[in-house]
Amino acid sequence: MTFNKKTLACCVAAAAATSLMASNAQAQMSDDEVRIGYLADMSGTYRDLAGPGGLTAMEMAVEDFGGSVNGAPIVISSADDRNSADVGANTVRGWIDEDNVDMVGGLVASSVSIAVSNVIEENDGLAIVSGSAASSITNEHCTPNHIHWVYDTYPLANGTAKAVVDQGGDSWFMLTADYAFGHALEADVTSVVEANGGEIVGGVRHPFPTNDFSSYILQAQGSGAKIVGLANAGSDTVNAITTASQFGLTQSGQQLAGLLIFLNDVHALGLEATQNLLLTTGWYWDMDDQSREWAERYYAEEERMPTMVQAGIYSSTMHYLKAVEAAGTDDPETVRAQMAEMPIDDFFARNGRIREDGRMIHDMYLAQVKTPEESTGEWDLYEILSTIPAEEAYRPLSESQCELVQN
Amino acid sequence: MTQSQHEAIAAPSMVVERQRRAKQRRTMFYLALIAIGLVAPFLAYPVFLMKILCFALFACAFNLLLGYAGLLSFGHAAFLASGGYVTGYLLASYPGLTPEVGIIAGTFSATLLGILFGVLSIRRQGIYFAMVTLALAQLMFFVYIQAPFTGGEDGLHGVPRGELLGFIDLSNNVAMYYFVFAIFLFGFALIQRAVHSPFGQVLKAIRENEPRAVSLGYNVDAYKLLAFVLSAAIAGLAGSTKTVVFQLASLTDAHWHMSGEVILMTLLGGVGTLLGPVMGASLVVSLQHILAQSPLGNWVSVILGIIFVVCVLSFRSGIVGELGKMYRKNFK
Repeated sequence: MTFNKKTLACCVAAAAATSLMASNAQAQMSDDEVRIGYLADMSGTYRDLAGPGGLTAMEMAVEDFGGSVNGAPIVISSADDRNSADVGANTVRGWIDEDNVDMVGGLVASSVSIAVSNVIEENDGLAIVSGSAASSITNEHCTPNHIHWVYDTYPLANGTAKAVVDQGGDSWFMLTADYAFGHALEADVTSVVEANGGEIVGGVRHPFPTNDFSSYILQAQGSGAKIVGLANAGSDTVNAITTASQFGLTQSGQQLAGLLIFLNDVHALGLEATQNLLLTTGWYWDMDDQSREWAERYYAEEERMPTMVQAGIYSSTMHYLKAVEAAGTDDPETVRAQMAEMPIDDFFARNGRIREDGRMIHDMYLAQVKTPEESTGEWDLYEILSTIPAEEAYRPLSESQCELVQN
Repeated sequence: MTQSQHEAIAAPSMVVERQRRAKQRRTMFYLALIAIGLVAPFLAYPVFLMKILCFALFACAFNLLLGYAGLLSFGHAAFLASGGYVTGYLLASYPGLTPEVGIIAGTFSATLLGILFGVLSIRRQGIYFAMVTLALAQLMFFVYIQAPFTGGEDGLHGVPRGELLGFIDLSNNVAMYYFVFAIFLFGFALIQRAVHSPFGQVLKAIRENEPRAVSLGYNVDAYKLLAFVLSAAIAGLAGSTKTVVFQLASLTDAHWHMSGEVILMTLLGGVGTLLGPVMGASLVVSLQHILAQSPLGNWVSVILGIIFVVCVLSFRSGIVGELGKMYRKNFK
């Protein structure tokens, strides 16, 4: 059998083209793998909010996606940031320098998220913040390289404050943690309460952190305000609610408004102490069928119901992978643009979209903690009262200080 | 008469010869360590090594006070954080400043704070000294959480590494590593010199028996204050350098956990030995780094706690202390 020159040339050209195409397709994914890093507090205060459960949620997302994108396997590595900005920044720097991690997810403590977003911006990476509360992450600290997914203090404070005033809770006493975060939350609440015709009749600032809230709770009781707003977080909120319950604050006709409280806090405190507490949440496991369905699957793995942060980690990872698939590459800038183009509508986020400042806005919910009599099970904790539409819930872009937003 | 006194009488030249040899051995040993330090960035991740060096310097500063003056400070985090915050603030707000100026300013502020804390605290000893330093450090923690320039809970971010002396680009990790290594060597040499000077001898005398040192006519307070300030300054130097490396300063550095961590590093490595804190810091930082990324990640604090308990119960002079004992027993 003899080849003439033409056939040979054709064969060579075809082979070359095939191999070129193949290598081209592979070059789209750096190192032929999509690498995701999960960074969160795995051992400290915020363990139950995201922690190992968030990693489970992320793994579920990867599994549901099929374990690979366009033939490139998805690899997750995880690390504990121990709520320390330098540990977090250092870990992420190592991930990018040594392991070429394409996206970093999780991210709980605000200081860690801001530190990580700086490292990510410097190295042109991509981060999705799910656990942090600070609204400054997409305000003065915004970068083109990170997205804030689940919630922030703006909708929590505004949603709760507005709803409470609308329901007739027009006189407030503020219990504020005495540092920047508490002050910001207090200012947000004050402006919303006053704009809706309520008034702040008093307030007290407690040191951060505080164990003994008795004198502050007595002051709140003495103020005669209908609502006691808790502008604090974590163990401070838990301690304040416990003390308020012991002092019979809610039984004597006053009501607590938690501005930053999560499902795991309510579960830990118990319904006896938290009953009737009003709060805003980004998601609740029992809010509809698709949420329940996902939550049941999560429960089978972790034996706990997921918090909104853990659900958000699943949702954001899924959206990221879809964007990688649609864009055909894991190049951060392209994927970021692709993510913003695709609307988000899954079990977690309704009417979701990513704004240019990196804020993922979606519907938020006003919830009230059930009384022990109303609750039918260990995790039957909230009743969803109303929906706050996405566009109203978050800080409007016209008020943004983010450099990426043109005002 | 002890053996060494016998020898001193019998053959002074032999003793001199032996001391000369010991000194030679020590020099060779240090040179070998420096050589390892010089090639290290090509074998391991430089940012990780820089973290070790910063904490090693911090632990060495702490050890100067505990190991040689016998003063257990429980507030050294304040100096680490002050150095870090001042350097970070200056470099972030005045882009024209070069990193070495920032580091010098940070170290200077920690020194000033050291003088203030020292004057107040060295009047007490033992647990009271520890409590006074802890209280003062907690005051500083409060200042750092409230002061607007530190960014409170969020911390101070986006500190540029800049260009050393205006022309060496420190955003390169290897260049940054050699700069940090040079700073570490400077700090370590300073401590080594101080410990082996007459000043260091007096400090040890104070540690062993303070009333006796007083009765010999030494102004004990002045010596203790100087040791305290020196220690604070080097801790500040470590904090300043750390801020430039990581490009951030956060409340973690000011928290009393940090004061506890440096005690752990020093005791684990060997208190009162020069290399002990370096060894301890390397071990603790490496453990934290490795465990954080392993399935045992949730247990970092527990594992470090167990190691600390085992160390205190079974080898009190720390790793380097025990190695030193073994060396003296078997090779001399």
